[in-house]
Amino acid sequence: MSRLERFRSLFRTALDVPEEIAPERYQALRRKITLLLTTAAVVPLLILSVINYHQYRATLTREIVTPVRGLVNKTRHSFELFLAERASTVSLISQVYTPAELADERNLNRIFRAVKGEFPGFIDLGLIDENGVHASYVGPYNLKGKDYSSADWYQQTRVKGVYVSDVFMGFRRFPHIVIAVQRMTDDGHSWVLRATIDTGQFDRLIASMGLEPESDAFLVNTAGVLQTASRFYGAVLDQLPLPMPPMTYETATLETTDPAGRDVFITYTYFQHADFVLMAVKPRADIFKPWTTLRSDLILLFVTSVALILSVAFGLTDLLVRRMRASDERRIAAFVQMEHTQKLSSIGRLAAGVAHEINNPLAIINEKAGLASDLMELAKDFPERDRFRALVDAILRSVERCRSITHRLLGFSRRMDVNIEQLDVNDVLKETMSFLEQEALHRSITTSVSLDQAMPRIASDRGQLQQVFLNILNNAFAAVPDGGSVTLATWLRDPDTVGVSIKDNGKGMSDEVLRHIFEPFFTTKKTSGTGLGMFITYGIIRRLGGDIAVQSKEGAGTTVTVFLPVKAAPTATLGS
Amino acid sequence: MQELKVLLVDDEEEFVTTLAERLSLRGMATRIATDGEQALRAVEADPPHVVVLDLMMPGIKGTEALRRIKAGHPTVQVILLTGHGSARDGIEGMKLGAFDYLMKPLRLEDLLEKLHEAGRLAQAAQGNS
Repeated sequence: MSRLERFRSLFRTALDVPEEIAPERYQALRRKITLLLTTAAVVPLLILSVINYHQYRATLTREIVTPVRGLVNKTRHSFELFLAERASTVSLISQVYTPAELADERNLNRIFRAVKGEFPGFIDLGLIDENGVHASYVGPYNLKGKDYSSADWYQQTRVKGVYVSDVFMGFRRFPHIVIAVQRMTDDGHSWVLRATIDTGQFDRLIASMGLEPESDAFLVNTAGVLQTASRFYGAVLDQLPLPMPPMTYETATLETTDPAGRDVFITYTYFQHADFVLMAVKPRADIFKPWTTLRSDLILLFVTSVALILSVAFGLTDLLVRRMRASDERRIAAFVQMEHTQKLSSIGRLAAGVAHEINNPLAIINEKAGLASDLMELAKDFPERDRFRALVDAILRSVERCRSITHRLLGFSRRMDVNIEQLDVNDVLKETMSFLEQEALHRSITTSVSLDQAMPRIASDRGQLQQVFLNILNNAFAAVPDGGSVTLATWLRDPDTVGVSIKDNGKGMSDEVLRHIFEPFFTTKKTSGTGLGMFITYGIIRRLGGDIAVQSKEGAGTTVTVFLPVKAAPTATLGS
Repeated sequence: MQELKVLLVDDEEEFVTTLAERLSLRGMATRIATDGEQALRAVEADPPHVVVLDLMMPGIKGTEALRRIKAGHPTVQVILLTGHGSARDGIEGMKLGAFDYLMKPLRLEDLLEKLHEAGRLAQAAQGNS
């Protein structure tokens, strides 16, 4: 099997529906075509939408996170600069002045005031001698003589040379840091210059980041203790309720969920020269606000598209299936019509054949009986002449009866030849109607007439049309009760066809009767009918190139419609 | 008036002999033929005034016989008989020159009327010739 054929058979299987012309066929067709169309359109759209969704999201994350990273990076630099400046200042003082000069509190006080003027944030300044004791001190507290020899920061300063402490509350009940620089005198004595810095500056740096109210930024030390106050995660020196991110000097971003249950993006960076980590926390919802808008746009677009596809698929399928159904039904109707016509024509042929075959023996009987009668009449002395005359006459009457039946079956009218002339159907109809005027009057049957006066004259046979109309009118009169009504109408159906309808409000017919109405010897008038009226009518109309239709409903009346060609049918000129 | 010479042509022998006898009883000189060939020979031997010709016959068809009779003897009048349902043959026959046509079974009065009409025509024509 070729690929193409396989593809086709796939379709055939997918669209396998009952062949029988029934509502199920069209329901199945409608369902399957709609499903196929919808699937073919929606699946790619869905895939596209999902891809778009993810790509937009990734792009958006990048675009939103990048500026935050920049900001965090910049702010870290500011912090580092701030700390470096303070450290340099302390370092500079320690290099410019000798320990002896610094030990003099007047000198120290002068230096302190100068430094404080230049660099905001200095709280105090003090010299610690090699024993770890505050030798001189300038500041708001009386710390002179305090022994730091066992303090952790002192030890670290001794080791590292420069020390920047974590934030602590110390004695002063507000956060500050200590910057200490260790120096050696020329004669090998070590001393330390210690300054305390107010971390209010930190808050200002954080504030300068200009974050939205939902976001947060703060400094923590590597142990996770907050160095600045945060909006959502605690005050200074509280333990940060978030896990510490992995150590990196690069600015990095990670997604996590904070204790309040918000999905957040944390952008952070470790300081190179201090044990600090700067963190900026943005709620994801916040970041994705534009994304949410975009997403709802995307969803709206998708839903609209699907709705559009569905409506088109449904609409189109409905249209297609309707057309298919209509065409199927037309085909069936045409088929039924053809079958009906063929059946009637077969019956007609059969009837004609039988009639013809019977005519010859009938002719012999006729002549034999006739001769018998002749001989009997000629004989001078014939016993029981009257009796025989009666017998022969009875035979001849029966032959006459048969003759009239076979002749009607054969479609002979009184006037044998078809006589085509230009005539006005309205005239013929009125003429025929006049035969029944007496009966109408007698039985008070209302006859209403609506004739199209603008109709063209048609080429047809007056006598035969009269017979047709008379047959139909007789039936109508037989069907209506006394006081009933019969309505006649004519119209031009199309330029080549005129229509004549004869409608009664009589007893109507069942479908079963309607099916056999044109068949010979079919009658509902049990005593009076020959059953040949409609058979002959049908034959004449077909011969004249016309058509006849009967609509009827039991109890509601019958409408017989005759269509006649304006131009004579080719067959009409020579009879059947 | 001269005796009317009638040739009856029909393949139904029972029919044609009986009819011939009845016409003889009414003073006509009748002969019979049961097919087209016989009919043509009979016409050649002694042209009758009127031929009563059945259209449906084996052998030479009625219409063909009609054509030949009219060709050889235009003054011979032909009355066609048909037992068939269609008037077509009758009308066609009229076009070929038949005097008239009748349906089987016949009403004798109809036939006699036509025979006399046709006979007068034939006698007049043959008398003139």
